[in-house]
Amino acid sequence: MPTPIRLFDAAFWTGRRVEDRYRPDRLDAMTYLDHAATTPMLPEALDAYVATARELGNASSLHAPGRYARRRVEESRERIAAALGARPSEVIFTSGGTESDNLAVKGIFWARRAVDPARTRIIASAVEHHAVLDSVEWLVRHEGATVTWLPVDGVGRVEVDALRVALDEYGDEVALATVMWANNEVGTVQPVAELAGLCAGRGVPLHTDAVQAVSQVPVDFAGSGAAALTVTGHKLGGPVGVGALVLGRDVECTPLLHGGGQERDVRSGTLDVPGIVAFATAVEIAVKGRAEYAARVGSIRDALVAGVREAVPGAVLNGDPIDRLPGNAHFSFPGCEGDALLLLLDAQGIACSTGSACSAGVAQPSHVLLAMGADDDRARSSLRFTLGHTSTPGEVDALVAALPAAVERARRAGAVRAARA
Amino acid sequence: MSGGVDSAVAAARAAAAGYDVTGVHLALSRNPQTYRSGARGCCTLEDARDARRAADVIGIPFYVWDMAERFHEDVVDDFVAEYAAGRTPNPCLRCNEKIKFAAVLDRALALGFDAVVTGHHARLGADGLLRRSVDLGKDQSYVLAVLTREQLDHSIFPLGDSTKADVRAEAARRDLAVADKPDSHDICFIADGDTRGFLHGKLGATPGDIVDATTGEVVGTHEGAYAYTVGQRRGLDLRRPAADGRPRYVLSITPVTNTVTVGPAEALEVDRVYGERPVWTGGSVPAADVECEVQLRAHGAPVPATVRVEDGRLVASLHRPARGIAAGQAVVAYRPDPAGDVVLGSATIATTERAGAAGSPASGGTH
Repeated sequence: MPTPIRLFDAAFWTGRRVEDRYRPDRLDAMTYLDHAATTPMLPEALDAYVATARELGNASSLHAPGRYARRRVEESRERIAAALGARPSEVIFTSGGTESDNLAVKGIFWARRAVDPARTRIIASAVEHHAVLDSVEWLVRHEGATVTWLPVDGVGRVEVDALRVALDEYGDEVALATVMWANNEVGTVQPVAELAGLCAGRGVPLHTDAVQAVSQVPVDFAGSGAAALTVTGHKLGGPVGVGALVLGRDVECTPLLHGGGQERDVRSGTLDVPGIVAFATAVEIAVKGRAEYAARVGSIRDALVAGVREAVPGAVLNGDPIDRLPGNAHFSFPGCEGDALLLLLDAQGIACSTGSACSAGVAQPSHVLLAMGADDDRARSSLRFTLGHTSTPGEVDALVAALPAAVERARRAGAVRAARA
Repeated sequence: MSGGVDSAVAAARAAAAGYDVTGVHLALSRNPQTYRSGARGCCTLEDARDARRAADVIGIPFYVWDMAERFHEDVVDDFVAEYAAGRTPNPCLRCNEKIKFAAVLDRALALGFDAVVTGHHARLGADGLLRRSVDLGKDQSYVLAVLTREQLDHSIFPLGDSTKADVRAEAARRDLAVADKPDSHDICFIADGDTRGFLHGKLGATPGDIVDATTGEVVGTHEGAYAYTVGQRRGLDLRRPAADGRPRYVLSITPVTNTVTVGPAEALEVDRVYGERPVWTGGSVPAADVECEVQLRAHGAPVPATVRVEDGRLVASLHRPARGIAAGQAVVAYRPDPAGDVVLGSATIATTERAGAAGSPASGGTH
């Protein structure tokens, strides 16, 4: 074993073994810029979880412990309904965003087709999360569905006219439309009310994935005109593993899970009482404090955008510059590979993302960026920084300080790749 | 980090020696399920998980790098093209040359890393010389001999001084769950180990004749000359036994006429080997004849030889004949040394001959 050779990049690497320094429970000691992946639990939600987890009772049981557990669930349902502008009976608890999206897309498709076999078309935006995208594609492959993809403009905003055209052309055969409230990668907020209005005019239910939107922008289910809305706990300070599909009272939805008939018979399974109570606590706090949160986090985000632009001239901000989530900043760094930048920033103790996570750990160019008209290189050169309730200006300073050296190395790596291509 | 025991222990040793180590697992298939699906091999999601868990235990960062496109072009396509041309490639060698110590190393250097550490069984000490592992049964210097001086200067092989048994014992001591994982032997991108079936799927059926070199008679048929390797005896399915009743071997493959030529064992004997694209690991081209040993296939026994450079080719004159030497394999020259035989250089075998018998069966013919 030779002794360690001279580190020509000593200033960059030496003594910075990220695995040695990392303390998972020390939020104050890390630079965490990936709140869109998951955000720390709110202390109130964590306390509510722990307190409720000590309590006994299956919410479906008829005895006193069961009635007590059921009471906690129904109180939570009411709190969430109130926060999101829905009726309590419209809140269907699920295991989270992926399940809610699957349930809405597949369940509404099956129910609508059962009533009218001609209704096999799905209208979906090209920038949906994979939970929606892959559900749609599964229905195409296995259930004879057809799909109309709604294009987006250069900032990722769905083209409303495309929906109008699609509804005019296919209105009678559309099972459902699905357009996310705000994009998880580039943060662009979609004109959901406008889209829902068009759909309602043709009697087409609109599902919207509002996983990233609730807590960041005003979300009112009844006011939006949507037929179904996905929300999840761990993106807004609740626990992971619990979420809801807000499903309009008159919207038929075929269940994915069969069993005890909980949740309007749409979603069977023993209810996760502590998770639901903590989820409701987080939703309530996040929605109540949303305006203050948006102002505070938005100003840190603006500082981040300005700092990154100054540190890396040529960095391109992706997404709508105005109508975007206050916690989202998404850049392309021309000449770099996003996953190389991620590695280099990770080595400096800075956590961020190249976009949506992927199963095998292999980065694919983002379908969102490609739909926005970016070429493969720009899509692969992108990096997402997302802020949340624990974010501080100091984290922006850490990023801005580390970024130039990381970009320089990532450009070298990008040049190596380009030279061999 | 393939997910096997060798790379896990190599990473652990490098970290323990004070290097700032980052674990990298190579994704070599866009769809991991299309490659090997059992516990062996290097390409499955299960292997990626094993590698990740080893990195966790060692305490180093871990990433998956996507090398699928490069691997497919430089290793898999090359493998198929080589067989189609009547040669017998070594894909592990090609992967080292083009992927692990090229694409991966280049990227690593660009990112600011200094070297690639692998779990290969070979020694590369402070003198910069590449030597056989102390475990001759596991020695992998043959598939590393293709590396240039520059590549070796950025390579670290922490396992060369250990036997495989030592490596496994150390893995167990370090609580690495892969300590008892079986060795991988087969080609990682051929899921069921059926190379002939894999080539058949890629190249299709091209029926042709199997010809006896002695009599010129057609003694059988084949479904594709690419499926044969010089020196092969099994699976020839010959219709007629040889007149003398002795076994026959594949002597040569001629893609142009789609012919496989067979003959007796002694016709396989060659004593001169010509290698293309030589790499001189020591950094300089030998000016004079070099007395040394050459190895002509993976795990082959070394043969004493005189090696010289002629028209940019490596020419090895064997002191005693060798059998079943296939074009496409590497000829690696070693200088015997009590401290571990030293790799002098290597080349890709292009042609072979029996001196004084020009035109005698040459593996693969001239290409």
